[in-house]
Amino acid sequence: MENLKIELLRALEENARYSIPVLSKMLQTDEATIKQLIKTLREENIILKYTALVDWSKVEKHEEKVFALIDVKVQPKRGVGFDEIAERIYRYNEVQSVYLMSGAYDLSVMVEGKSMHEIAMFVSEKLSTLDSVLSTATHFMLKKYKHDGTVFEKVKEDKRIVVTP
Amino acid sequence: MNSSYLSDYVQKIPPSGIRKFFDLAATIDGVISLGVGEPDFVTPWHAREACINSLEEGYTAYTPNAGLLELRNEISDYLYRRFNVSYHPTNEIIVTVGGSQALDITLRTILNPGDEVLVIEPCFVSYAPLIDLCGGISVRVSTSPENGFKITPEQLETAITPKTKAVMLCSPNNPTGTFLNKNDLEALSKVIIQHDLLVLSDEIYAELTYDEEFTSIASISGMRERTFLISGFSKGFAMTGWRLGYVCAPKDFISPMLKIHQYTIMCAPTMSQFAAIESLKHGENEVGEMIHSYRRRRNFFVESLNEIGLPCHNPGGAFYVFPSIRNTGLTSEEFAENLLLKQKVAVVPGSVFGKSGEGYIRCSYASSMEALQEALKRMKNFLYTLQ
Repeated sequence: MENLKIELLRALEENARYSIPVLSKMLQTDEATIKQLIKTLREENIILKYTALVDWSKVEKHEEKVFALIDVKVQPKRGVGFDEIAERIYRYNEVQSVYLMSGAYDLSVMVEGKSMHEIAMFVSEKLSTLDSVLSTATHFMLKKYKHDGTVFEKVKEDKRIVVTP
Repeated sequence: MNSSYLSDYVQKIPPSGIRKFFDLAATIDGVISLGVGEPDFVTPWHAREACINSLEEGYTAYTPNAGLLELRNEISDYLYRRFNVSYHPTNEIIVTVGGSQALDITLRTILNPGDEVLVIEPCFVSYAPLIDLCGGISVRVSTSPENGFKITPEQLETAITPKTKAVMLCSPNNPTGTFLNKNDLEALSKVIIQHDLLVLSDEIYAELTYDEEFTSIASISGMRERTFLISGFSKGFAMTGWRLGYVCAPKDFISPMLKIHQYTIMCAPTMSQFAAIESLKHGENEVGEMIHSYRRRRNFFVESLNEIGLPCHNPGGAFYVFPSIRNTGLTSEEFAENLLLKQKVAVVPGSVFGKSGEGYIRCSYASSMEALQEALKRMKNFLYTLQ
């Protein structure tokens, strides 16, 4: 069962849109079991959500989005370490991701906004003013090349010849 | 042209049945191909980069005949680590131009005119022609679908004559995907030892087994001394175009083989050898991921084919499925040709892999899930129009 669980998660990570009949065949397991297992994985919050990876730069007339990666140095607190301040930060809707990092700074925060100005205001008014935040360094993202293992731009083409021994 | 210009050997061997099919498929647009005998993965970047680095550093000269010693060391370590067979890097391994050249030099080293070699069919298209080109006689031994195309010791025994010199084995098999496990190989080895035969063991798909661990026949007691272990980087490491393989055998065989190798090829391509070193050193994760991906696709594809009415056994390795098309009443060539023309799906007729392949088609599942699903839809339509 543990193996099946891992195999199922691997398959769904590859493509969350595989149907139950397809997954059933791939994993050599009956459909009812697959269905139940997915339900359990959802309930246990192991599968958090299903989403589409979108290359927004190719979509015309959508509102522009700006992303910034912010290195944040914080003062950890006794008893709760970094968790409390991380939680304070991730509550903001603008915040896309928060990671605790090793090295020169503590938290890596990805922020989304409509403009550079909006992000600048978020950093100066909200993020920097939090008690535990010691300093921030904001880096605006200029172009996405690869995200979650997927390369943007390039269309995958099969370079093999049609029939070979 | 006066046909006496050509050698009898080359005139005697037939052109590959696959070639004809390729020519037809290449003229049609929008074909989904299940006819490709190679991985759908591009060679992992770290291996490509190692090749580029070697070129940047100017490693463009010949290597030793048997290949870079560093590569032979890696091959030796790899075979021991993965399959528990040990070959000495300095005198028991030759790096070749693909598994094909390894087959060629092995056959040329052991065959005298009239020597018989047992070829277990259905099998890779090169075996019999390569034997015939040496003046040897390829004796075809047919396997049966009831048995999942596994050769049995009895079938082997029946085919052996006083002229039999060697047996060609390939597991996991192209085109059937059939996998011979340790028990199967032990049973075959008894017959092989009893008749004092040699074995050419084509282990090019050794990395790609999905249900059981791979066993090399060279690891079975009494077999190493009579085995030519032939393998390479094409399938497991997704390196087909690099043309890099190897053959391992006891040193008394390797030294005469090296004569043929040095006079015909000199050495395998240097830049490919650098990429192969990197693949063996750091390729394990990538290979592991590929195996997971192939296994899921195999499971999906085998069950789906059975469901649409193309019965097939569940192959233990490689990336081929070999379904029966007997109940359509068509020959495998007719089936493949019509499927291509009417539904634009390319498969390979089983008959090109030997007489016992008639009534079957080879479908490769080394394609994206999207392509496999679309191909199945088209095949289902095709079967429907036949009714």
